[in-house]
Amino acid sequence: MSTGTKSAERSRRGRSRRGANRRPGVMWGLAAWATGLLFFLPVVWMVLTSFHSEADAATNPPSVTAPLTLEGYREFFGTSTGTSPWPALANSASAAIGSTALVLVFAIPAAYALSVKPVRKWSDAMFFFLSTKMLPAVAGLLPVYLVAKNTGLLDNIWLMAVLYTAMNLPIAVWMMRSFLAEIPIDILEAAAIDGAGLPTVLRRIVIPLAAPGIAATSLICFIFSWNEMLFARVLTGVRSITAPVFLTGFVTSQGLFLAQVCAAAVVVSLPVLLAGFAAQDKLVQGLSMGAVK
Amino acid sequence: MDKASPDAGPLSAPARRVRRPRRPWARRAPLLPALLFMVVVTQLPFVATVVISFMDWNALRPGEQGFTGFGNYAQVFSEPALRSSVLTTVRLTVGVVLFSLVIGLGAALLLDRRFRGRRVVRTMLIAPFLVVPVAAALLWKHALYNPEYGLLNGLLTWIWALFGGQHPPQPDWITQAPLASIVVALIWQWTPFMTLILLAGLQSRSLEAVEAARVDGADAWQIFRYLTLPHLRRYLELAALLGSIYIVQNFDAVFTITSGGLGTANLPYTIYQSFYQAHDYGQASAAGVIVLLGTIVIAVLALRLVSTLLRQEQS
Repeated sequence: MSTGTKSAERSRRGRSRRGANRRPGVMWGLAAWATGLLFFLPVVWMVLTSFHSEADAATNPPSVTAPLTLEGYREFFGTSTGTSPWPALANSASAAIGSTALVLVFAIPAAYALSVKPVRKWSDAMFFFLSTKMLPAVAGLLPVYLVAKNTGLLDNIWLMAVLYTAMNLPIAVWMMRSFLAEIPIDILEAAAIDGAGLPTVLRRIVIPLAAPGIAATSLICFIFSWNEMLFARVLTGVRSITAPVFLTGFVTSQGLFLAQVCAAAVVVSLPVLLAGFAAQDKLVQGLSMGAVK
Repeated sequence: MDKASPDAGPLSAPARRVRRPRRPWARRAPLLPALLFMVVVTQLPFVATVVISFMDWNALRPGEQGFTGFGNYAQVFSEPALRSSVLTTVRLTVGVVLFSLVIGLGAALLLDRRFRGRRVVRTMLIAPFLVVPVAAALLWKHALYNPEYGLLNGLLTWIWALFGGQHPPQPDWITQAPLASIVVALIWQWTPFMTLILLAGLQSRSLEAVEAARVDGADAWQIFRYLTLPHLRRYLELAALLGSIYIVQNFDAVFTITSGGLGTANLPYTIYQSFYQAHDYGQASAAGVIVLLGTIVIAVLALRLVSTLLRQEQS
């Protein structure tokens, strides 16, 4: 903060001000580090405990310097219990990737219609999308369950992919609209004059130019799908169980093994942590539905 | 994509018509699949929920279906468990949003300054939001709150030993303060969300005004009070409203940490329970409609706010 001094200020306050400012600057930096570390501590503790043996994990006071081991991970991946988390992880991946692909298929043309060539009453359409995101999903759970039950779609991972598409489509449309609005209109009009149809315009111009935005949108949709648990808990069963549901069932059936629980939490969170850090700079745009950049 | 093919027609016409096409349907076509999908998947279930909420429908008593008017609603409001879950939802939401907003504001102000390792600190602060919610709830329940070997009581033992104390307090966090335990875990997860939005707000304010105020002799508090805070107002509102929308719907933390016990059942959990365990479809739907109405109030406020942000972007 003290670096951007103007000449007028410098002449008035001179050297004394800079000297006085130095220490508070360091203090603020330290406060920021302390806050960051405090919030990061539970994550560090989760990772550290996951690499401890069960005996070292369950001590009081905590044994920070205990030897590291992969025991917890081996247990989680089912060496002793026989229930492997791989099917659940694969199901979550299918639902998250499948729904993200579907979201893009719907969202890119929609965002194109809403930003590049604004249709009349475009803001009404935008707010319809947004309003669906604001209504509580739990209020629609029962009818979805009844329909799924009567059409034989219960315990089917692709039903989850469709539901997650509906969950994420509003975010994606809002995000993509704000990204597509940045493409110069001249480029698109030039393509239109050359006689390019919509699929060509999307494939040759819109998608390459908006690629970073599309990537960020995909990552955020992936995260929300991977995290979802209420619908998955009600609508999936043996075959299509997702990772979060597996996690809750895993704890109740295993009793309490701290290292194992932490290993499980790390494994299930890893894809989200990676996707989140990759999308870090665009995270806020996604979370605020494009309202904040 | 097939629906969009008529678009090729006006595009091959003279350039003037490209800018003002006379065929609105061709322009709307790319929007239609998304719109249709959302109406079918998200709106129809709500309509069904409203209908079912007026029915006497318990899956365990088939053949006894019929309309009861407002019977389910009367039941929802007369049953103390459901009434208390409305109250719990409000306390949970207000508690989490308020605290994470204040802490998030502090963190955003700290991150807005330049210091060594700023990006690292920012990444560390985002991390809690990127732990899968169920995993985060498990982490807090077992690794932090556990009375025998959780980190919190472990740290208490440590600190006491440091000062030579023999009997450190070892509270059973979840039993003694069940709702507060959930609130703290959620504050940890949602503070990054608030921080990110407020930080974006801070970085969008004009530095010239701040610099000018400083030259005029304003101190840090005055700059914060009369420049930063008014500028941040809309971002604070947006963060609070979006946060409320997500936290009103919270299920994972309540389900994992207390299973809705000890007076921590919020409305989503109660709805889940009444339909998943008691199979009372009518009553679950009535509770659903109540959540729906409650959220619409927040949502209308949020939508109005977003629309002002959007209009500013347009102009």
